[in-house]
Amino acid sequence: MSNGIKDKVAIIGMGCSKFGERWDASPEDLVNEAFEEAINDAGIKKNDIDAAWFGVFYEEQNVGKSAYPLSQYLRLPNIPVTRVENLCATGTEALRGAVYAVAAGACDIALAMGCEKLKDTGFSGLPERTKGTFEDLYQPNFTPPGAFAQLGASYAHKHGIDMTDLKRAMAHVSWKSHENGFKNPKAHLRKKLTMEEIINSPVIAYPLGVLDCCGVSDGASCAIVAKPEIAKSLVGDNFVTVKSLQLSPSNGVEMGHGSWDGAHTLTTKKAAENAYKEAGISDPLNDISLTEVHDCFSITELVLMEDLGLSKKGHGPKDILDGKFDANGLIPCQIDGGLKCFGHPIGASGLRMNYEIYLQLLGRAKDRQLKNVKFGLAHNLGGIPNRNVAAISILGMNS
Amino acid sequence: MDSKSGITNFSAYVPNQAMSRTAMVDAIGWTKPSLKAFNTGSRRYVEWDEDPITLSVAAASSLELNTIKQLCFASTSAPFLDRQNAGIIATALDLPTTTHCFELSGSQRAGSSALINMSKITDNSILVAADCRKSKAGSPAEMLNGDASAALSLGTENVLAEIIDTETIYADIVDHYRTEKSGTDYYLEDRWFRDEGLNKIVPQAVSKLLVRQNISVTDISHFILPVPNPSMAKSVAKTLGIANEAISDSLYENCGYTGCAHSLLMLINVLDKAKADEWILLCGFGQGCDTVLLKATSKLVEKQRSSISLKNQLKKGKVETNYTKFLSSSGLIDIDWGMRSERDNRTAHSVAFNKTRDIYGFVGGKCTTCKTPQFPKSRRCVNPECSAFDTQIDYRFSSIDGKIKSFTEDWLAFTRNPPLMYGNVDFEGGGNIFLEITGFGVGEISIGTKVSTTFRIKDIDSKRGFHRYFWKAAPEKSGHHV
Repeated sequence: MSNGIKDKVAIIGMGCSKFGERWDASPEDLVNEAFEEAINDAGIKKNDIDAAWFGVFYEEQNVGKSAYPLSQYLRLPNIPVTRVENLCATGTEALRGAVYAVAAGACDIALAMGCEKLKDTGFSGLPERTKGTFEDLYQPNFTPPGAFAQLGASYAHKHGIDMTDLKRAMAHVSWKSHENGFKNPKAHLRKKLTMEEIINSPVIAYPLGVLDCCGVSDGASCAIVAKPEIAKSLVGDNFVTVKSLQLSPSNGVEMGHGSWDGAHTLTTKKAAENAYKEAGISDPLNDISLTEVHDCFSITELVLMEDLGLSKKGHGPKDILDGKFDANGLIPCQIDGGLKCFGHPIGASGLRMNYEIYLQLLGRAKDRQLKNVKFGLAHNLGGIPNRNVAAISILGMNS
Repeated sequence: MDSKSGITNFSAYVPNQAMSRTAMVDAIGWTKPSLKAFNTGSRRYVEWDEDPITLSVAAASSLELNTIKQLCFASTSAPFLDRQNAGIIATALDLPTTTHCFELSGSQRAGSSALINMSKITDNSILVAADCRKSKAGSPAEMLNGDASAALSLGTENVLAEIIDTETIYADIVDHYRTEKSGTDYYLEDRWFRDEGLNKIVPQAVSKLLVRQNISVTDISHFILPVPNPSMAKSVAKTLGIANEAISDSLYENCGYTGCAHSLLMLINVLDKAKADEWILLCGFGQGCDTVLLKATSKLVEKQRSSISLKNQLKKGKVETNYTKFLSSSGLIDIDWGMRSERDNRTAHSVAFNKTRDIYGFVGGKCTTCKTPQFPKSRRCVNPECSAFDTQIDYRFSSIDGKIKSFTEDWLAFTRNPPLMYGNVDFEGGGNIFLEITGFGVGEISIGTKVSTTFRIKDIDSKRGFHRYFWKAAPEKSGHHV
């Protein structure tokens, strides 16, 4: 691997809109809500930004195509804006573009913005879409819950776990996130749930019940990144830097080769190995203080704990039930409430995860604040277990 | 070497679902008490993803296909009026593009007329007949009809039943009719049809044939006369002087009258048990009468020993008692499937044409370097240890079984028979394919469940009146008669 991104770029400001069913707001409103927070946090002027990356997934169905929505919403002075899309990793992809531009020296300050306005599409889950002219001819008409539900039966079979026991561990994933999200004013769903409510919720896609699924919501989130020298001139030595930014897309093995077991996410494992290496982390269990992972469904978070190396293979359910990833556990996961409570406005989610880690590192997370935060890891999984894009970012303080 | 043309193999396919007639009468019998006359047994029906094309592929795929020169498809309910249905069947069977594909329609005699025509061809050929006729809710036809397909191999070698002679009479007697617009049959008074139609026209055709062949009606061991109401066949047999024992089973009990496929389906049922040298008289009625005289050969016994009989196959299957599910399967009730059903399923026909063999033939690739089977065929091998470039040869998955590696029952996804099931299928000999699954009920799949592939309707483009097909995973060898 090359030298990587570690400590080459600082995050000088972040913002996140209130997530939820934002019937009151347009994408323009959400973007400006997140941006105002970030620009005030950074203490710079809008015209100091050299370039921007804009993440939107369902472009035609909400925000619209191309770069100009962002340029227009913020009335940017005709600086370069790149619109990016990489499934559920879209927000992190926007961040990656901005960070790489600064690291390359092409920009001093760059903006990464992600936004999605899903609720106006009229669907209660994610909207329907085609898969392209060829794949429509043969790919199953899956939904995201159905595609991720596949992990459930395969995981139970592979590790010899009774589905009732697996369901209990999955329910704990959701229960824990609601306990956390309850405290977060920016979360969409701020309600505590009982284990029984979750376990007995109506089935959406076996073995997932409706309370195993994350919400669908509207939101925007952003980051302003800069050269470390600029961060230093603004705030002194105490600022957040990017330790690693890794992306691992499937190459077709899961979809078409018998070697994949259907019970884990192959790309997460690969991205995590590279991310730890890039960040110089040899013992993630010790060094990672918190994670924000792609908990689109409870079973996803369960297998991700293993794929990220935070649980041993087959130990995910026990670790989860033992509280290892609870707010007071060894490595809290979704301390902000996760996708489960924030919902998943696709373009914004990756940046929303990094926003929480940013707050935690700077000690600004109020009553969610964790102690001794060293490194925080954010993870997205775009697509489905069969074929996806895994994105991992690790943030820490300037070393 | 035999020189006479005849039937060299046969295969029927009946859908796995049967609708209980008692349940139908319970649900709709309030409209007319006379429906109680049909209060026994069950009728076969197709799910939303089956049609005469898929039934035909299922039946014909059990036959020897290597030397086929001609494929004839007979149906009065073929999905396309102007797009060759037989060509879709041939593609799904992966027959050479030089196969002469053609079709016959227009009356309930389409199956028997096709048999007459095919008997004059000496090439190895396949005749497949299938019908899935819609009927109005609460009509006698709804009780009497069934959906199925029958496929025959024809040739001059290893003949199981020789076609000795044929005769035909046409008569424009309108006992029923269906137009493009009506969608369902309109029936006339059935006693008039029985007395002035069947009872006069069938004997004329039969007599001509038997006289020419110098055969007495008492020589006939199997008399096949497919009519929706089986009692009418008895009436004709009586007129002809054919003994009750020689009247072939109408398959009313657990199949129903399968339209223009029924003469051939009844023939298959006869061939399952006929003895060498027995005479079989097949009739087909529909604005006239076809008659085909066949003679069983000694080779039939071997076939009977090695295959599952249609009769035994009809004992299997799932009996449905929910009348609304039955109505929904053929689109007779307009159920609110929600917004997900509004997705635009427009087909990119240029892509579909380029990938016809991949999609309809289910032909993937096998890497010549590492031997990994894969679907779809691609420029670089999917095996991460190989990824060789342009090394894949054709590899057909349609006849290979597999087992379920992952699955779900998805209640959110749109399907006309929820839940939509799909999962990764691990194919014998290699290859992992993410497929839709059909034919299983809730709770019937688990990891490792064995599956076969079946050619089905994949998506319906209701906006443009088009639909496309692909292969799905289904219960192992369900519904087949081999």
